[in-house]
Amino acid sequence: MVKQKLLSEFSIGEKGVVKTVSGEGRLRRRLFDMGVTPGAEILLRKKAPLGDPLEVTIRGYELTLRKTEAELVTMEVKK
Amino acid sequence: MMKFALAGNPNCGKTTLFNLLTGSTAYVGNWPGVTVDKREGTYKRGEEPVKIVDLPGIYSLSPYTPEEVISRNFILDEKPACVINIVDATNLERNLYLTTQLMEIDVPIVIALNMMDTVERSGDELDAKELEKKIGVPVVAISALRGTGIKELMDRAISTAKEPRGGVSILHDSPLAHLVRDVTIALKGAKVDAPLFHAVKLAEMDEIEVKMHPELVKMVDEFKATFEDDTFGSDLEAVVADARYKYIAANYSSAYKKGNESGEKLSRSDRADKILTHKVWGIPIFIVILFAIFHLTFAEDLFYIGGFAKLAGTPLPTLKELGLNTENVGVQLLACFYDGAVFSPGVILQNIMGWLTGLVGMGLDAACAGAPAWVGGLIVSGVWEGLAAVMSFIPQILVLFMFFSILEDSGYMARIAFIMDRIFRRFGLSGRAFMPMIMGFGCSIPAMINTRTLADDNERTSTVRVIPFFSCGAKLPILTAIAGGILGAADAPLVELIVLAMYLLGIIVALSTVILMRATTMRGEVPPFIMELPPYHRPLFKGLMIHLWDKLKHFVKKAFTIILASTIVIWFLSHFSWDWRYLADEQMDISILASIGKLIQPIFTPLGFGSQLGRAAGWVFAVAAITGLIAKENVIATFSTLAACLVAGFEATEEGVSEVITLMGQTGITIPALLAFIAFNMLTIPCFAACATARAELPKGKFKWTLLFWVATSYFVSAAIYLIGSWWWTLFPILAVVAAGITGIVFWNKKHPVKKNEVPMSEGAPLEEAAISSDDKENKL
Repeated sequence: MVKQKLLSEFSIGEKGVVKTVSGEGRLRRRLFDMGVTPGAEILLRKKAPLGDPLEVTIRGYELTLRKTEAELVTMEVKK
Repeated sequence: MMKFALAGNPNCGKTTLFNLLTGSTAYVGNWPGVTVDKREGTYKRGEEPVKIVDLPGIYSLSPYTPEEVISRNFILDEKPACVINIVDATNLERNLYLTTQLMEIDVPIVIALNMMDTVERSGDELDAKELEKKIGVPVVAISALRGTGIKELMDRAISTAKEPRGGVSILHDSPLAHLVRDVTIALKGAKVDAPLFHAVKLAEMDEIEVKMHPELVKMVDEFKATFEDDTFGSDLEAVVADARYKYIAANYSSAYKKGNESGEKLSRSDRADKILTHKVWGIPIFIVILFAIFHLTFAEDLFYIGGFAKLAGTPLPTLKELGLNTENVGVQLLACFYDGAVFSPGVILQNIMGWLTGLVGMGLDAACAGAPAWVGGLIVSGVWEGLAAVMSFIPQILVLFMFFSILEDSGYMARIAFIMDRIFRRFGLSGRAFMPMIMGFGCSIPAMINTRTLADDNERTSTVRVIPFFSCGAKLPILTAIAGGILGAADAPLVELIVLAMYLLGIIVALSTVILMRATTMRGEVPPFIMELPPYHRPLFKGLMIHLWDKLKHFVKKAFTIILASTIVIWFLSHFSWDWRYLADEQMDISILASIGKLIQPIFTPLGFGSQLGRAAGWVFAVAAITGLIAKENVIATFSTLAACLVAGFEATEEGVSEVITLMGQTGITIPALLAFIAFNMLTIPCFAACATARAELPKGKFKWTLLFWVATSYFVSAAIYLIGSWWWTLFPILAVVAAGITGIVFWNKKHPVKKNEVPMSEGAPLEEAAISSDDKENKL
């Protein structure tokens, strides 16, 4: 069975595929524009010195987003 | 002349390409109605000259930020002959996302595949020819950094521009194809330009589009009712975004071939990032870098060599102590670099500038020997000394600006936002607000313009309001002059320390007032923080110089117009009486300026530089504070003019230190009052140019409140500094007032909680205007 969890619950080095993106309006639109769409592969690279925001690798570039925004992204964990 | 537009993601090398194409012909202005940089220039190396317009860097054409709206409206309304879409070859997928949107507009497009050299160096391959075949528009591989492929790019763009191109959408085989086709036909019937683009945006229920074509929203709604996607339900916005990325992955990504599969190897950028955003060391490193920048710009004792030598018991000798003749020109030049201590690069440049202006001043003095008294007075003490005061701090502004440009260009600035976000969230801001604030240390004007990267209106307003508190380059002379004056008069700590403390005060006031605003007039949720962290790279020397040159031009223009004019006005007011009589310097007391100063002097009494300084000369501080509103450079220039008037035979100095010492002697102003004076000038209404920028940046109706906010904040903070500095026990009543205020606000907020949708991420005034103006155009058609 495939394990699902939120991007905000990922630990450093963990990889997965975007399942759904919740939220609404511009925030969601921005996530889409930056390439966070279902099917995109995301690797959690690191967390900022104070634990938040997160830095992820997506579609070959580095994106930063906060935990609260990462909570909107449901991931399918990849082994 | 044909007009080409450059469009592309931020950090794709757009600016480098623009500089390469336009060279010295480039000029920077503002977009009509808004103050996002509008860069234009001419490409002259082709058969015919072409006008190049650099659009702001954007990720998408959705109306998330004003930049995106500007770019969208420019392409749709101004109809450039060709759009050159710059695509970062190392980041193909996300860059082509914008391309798929541009392709939907009926405009000729050429793709400039930039950073091909980086791709090749990493052993990967990207087939431009294959990409061109798949996308259907010319694709030219270039390297803006090395300047390769530019001629071919422009040649193809010029020939492409001659053929009109109809919009193409990648949605043609998606489930939305029907809807898009029907809406396109309806828009075509209504004679709308670029119907396909508008149709797709309508399908996404884009805010601007819905306002422009409300009659067609029904069509989308009807379709939505019947539509059901497995993953997205009836969420068409998601379907469109997903379709774009899917299409790119399926069709275009095949042109990119990875060379060595061991791609997990750490690049240089990754290694740098590991240290710079380290869990433990990230923040300390950032503080050290910031300190180093300030040290290199302002330190009078580089690396504290002089201080260490003193500690070791062998203080470094001054040039005089070495037995050198300080009247000698060569020795004077040497004194710019070393005089009892090694100076920092910023100070060295400042000294050289001061030395040069001093020589010119002496020449003018000699030249005016035979002329009437008022002519010599006007030229030497009115015009030249004012100008010299302004020019003397050009070097430090440029050095500081250069360091910030390096941070920005190298990609470190984005990491600072990443590091600082967690802290800034406490103040109700995102880490991104940190960049404009830190730019405020250079100049408020570009900093305020930079707030356009903030998507939230309340965040933008609060940030614009506190930017002047981040003491800009022009306020620095006030700090160094007065700190130097204090140091010269009393056994105070190092000048640098006072300067640093005042900078910190500015930061503290800025952050406290942001909290205050976010708790009262600017309530709302913390704005989102979703941004790209660009790879680190070495900043380009040429780009840096172009940047600095722009700054210098702007500053010198300001110096020779508004500042020069106001210096002459002040000289006139201070050398003429109400009955139009020319006054000698020692007759200051009966000048027009003196009477104005005396009139407003009592206002500043709680701040320490009001009535208590006496009527003989105490009004100079009041006058300087007022002239500072025209431009902050004026404060010390005014000191210079007035000190020359008050003391016979007074010699103006480049830093204004002796001016301050003279005025301290004449007025008996106390050190707390001088500190309050610095604080007042730092926090009050900024210069006219910054005010004009703030007015353009702020949403309608917010500017007058902003002015009031500046006056109130500066008055309260400097009064507190003076009172606590003079009588320490006043700390308690002041704290009590602050505490009462905070309690009141907390209590009120508890009773009036923010409604969830009360302050949405609303679009700014310019955005509304943009939407309306294009609306008008549609109606006329």
